[in-house]
Amino acid sequence: MKLLTIIIQPDKLDEVRQSLFDAGITRITVNRCTGHGRQENEELYRGQAVTPNLIPKVKLDIACNDEFVDIAIAAVLSSAKHNGGKIGDGKIFVTPLEKCIRIRTGESGGAAI
Amino acid sequence: MRSPWCLASFASLLLLSIPKIAWAAETPEVDSGITAWMLTSTALVLLMIPGLALFYGGLVRTKNVLGTMMHSFGAMAVIGVLWVVCGYALSFGPSVLGGWIGWSNDLLFLKGIDDTIMDAGIPEYVFAMFQGKFAIITPALIAGAFAERVRFRGYCVFIALWSVLVYAPLCHWVWAEDGFLFNMGANGAIDFAGGTVVHISAGIAALAVISVIGSRRGYPKTAMSPNNNVLTLLGAGLLWVGWFGFNAGSSVSSGLDTARALTVTQVAAASGALAWIVIEGIKHHKATSLGIASGILAGLVAITPAAGVVQPCGAIALGLGASLICYLAIGLKNKLGYDDSLDVFGIHGVAGIFGAIFLTFFIRPSWMEEARELAGGSWTVMNQLGVQATAVAITIAYTAIVTLILTLLVEKTVGFRASQRDEITGLDGSLHGEQGYGLLNLN
Repeated sequence: MKLLTIIIQPDKLDEVRQSLFDAGITRITVNRCTGHGRQENEELYRGQAVTPNLIPKVKLDIACNDEFVDIAIAAVLSSAKHNGGKIGDGKIFVTPLEKCIRIRTGESGGAAI
Repeated sequence: MRSPWCLASFASLLLLSIPKIAWAAETPEVDSGITAWMLTSTALVLLMIPGLALFYGGLVRTKNVLGTMMHSFGAMAVIGVLWVVCGYALSFGPSVLGGWIGWSNDLLFLKGIDDTIMDAGIPEYVFAMFQGKFAIITPALIAGAFAERVRFRGYCVFIALWSVLVYAPLCHWVWAEDGFLFNMGANGAIDFAGGTVVHISAGIAALAVISVIGSRRGYPKTAMSPNNNVLTLLGAGLLWVGWFGFNAGSSVSSGLDTARALTVTQVAAASGALAWIVIEGIKHHKATSLGIASGILAGLVAITPAAGVVQPCGAIALGLGASLICYLAIGLKNKLGYDDSLDVFGIHGVAGIFGAIFLTFFIRPSWMEEARELAGGSWTVMNQLGVQATAVAITIAYTAIVTLILTLLVEKTVGFRASQRDEITGLDGSLHGEQGYGLLNLN
């Protein structure tokens, strides 16, 4: 089992969700978050261009069985890029997942995902 | 009262610098009471537009809240200027082109009314500004139908054209003293504060626009829940308050007629709200906040044409009936599957038509008496019903045809429908470069 932590731009959320859904991955957790990357995000605020310190991002957490890892990564790569890829499009972290328990039934392991 | 010619010419010699000769005997006095109330009403009607922005803004998805509120505020900017430049002249100038529209060079930029005091005892500036708020809110109402999927630029061009070619003629026909609907039948087609001009026209225009630009992407399969019902309730409250200016101000007086209009407005709004939550209580065992807001609006819309002629009992009936029929209309919309996103036709169109037609059965006896005298003997409820139905039918037909043409024109030239990419991203970010809520509320 792996835990995918995926950071993307907020405006790509709908496309990424659709893409994951099409690939058969429907169980996801979504958070808003902020962070630093290499992206310098210029925004207009009352006519003046400003660079905010922290940039809004969206974080998706997906716990999945090993065979779904590559499918999920492919789905995100195909949908989260701006115009074929720009600085700030985000990152995917893959970490090993020790245990997973479904609260309702108490079952654990791959079947609980 | 005409002053003798020699006196008038003498006066004109004295007052050469003033373009219009203001002869004391001809000029009505300013009635400070009426003027004060009309100034208040003007401000109240303006308050309805931010109210509408909140109402609509709360009902869309998070990513479109600013884009939707900008439709109302955009109307304040676009029509606010356009009305002064030529809107007032087109609506309240003397009939030209066979009565299709009004026009007077004198009213261009309102330059001819600098000194004018109207017979009602108010400066014409107050009347022009009061009417201007109606001109602003009408196109802003339509925006609810095509929320979440149009370009801001296309919207601005559309409302400017619509205001000149649809609103101004309708306003002229119904409210100008030489308009043909104003003079239809014994005592005119009854449209006290804008049932036909504002609500039916907005509802029908809404249908015409969405028949061209289509549904939101994903409708009706994807859930499109309101992002903030708190804003919507706040907006509904402001609309209710502002409606006192809208209806009671439309008496252009400060007296008995004003009190009557204010009373029935209050009663109809409450009975509309009550009816809607009762219906929901029976059908779903839950009264919703969106339901009570919808009921308030349905009642207010239905009483708008009727506020000058019905009594409180009639107002209760109109409010109840409007909520019931609007509830059914929205159910029907969901079955038919067209995307009138915030139910502009379902509330404003349906309740507007209902009010304009059914007010006939609740007209106060003294009004019918007056109509009988004006008609020279006999004038029945059925006669008036015919007049009301004709006025409604003309409004529907004219609005539908011209709005369809305008929508196609805007879509083919500047572009009305937002691109698919902008729609997916959300209009706030893609069209306005902003977010409504910072880091809160995903959807």
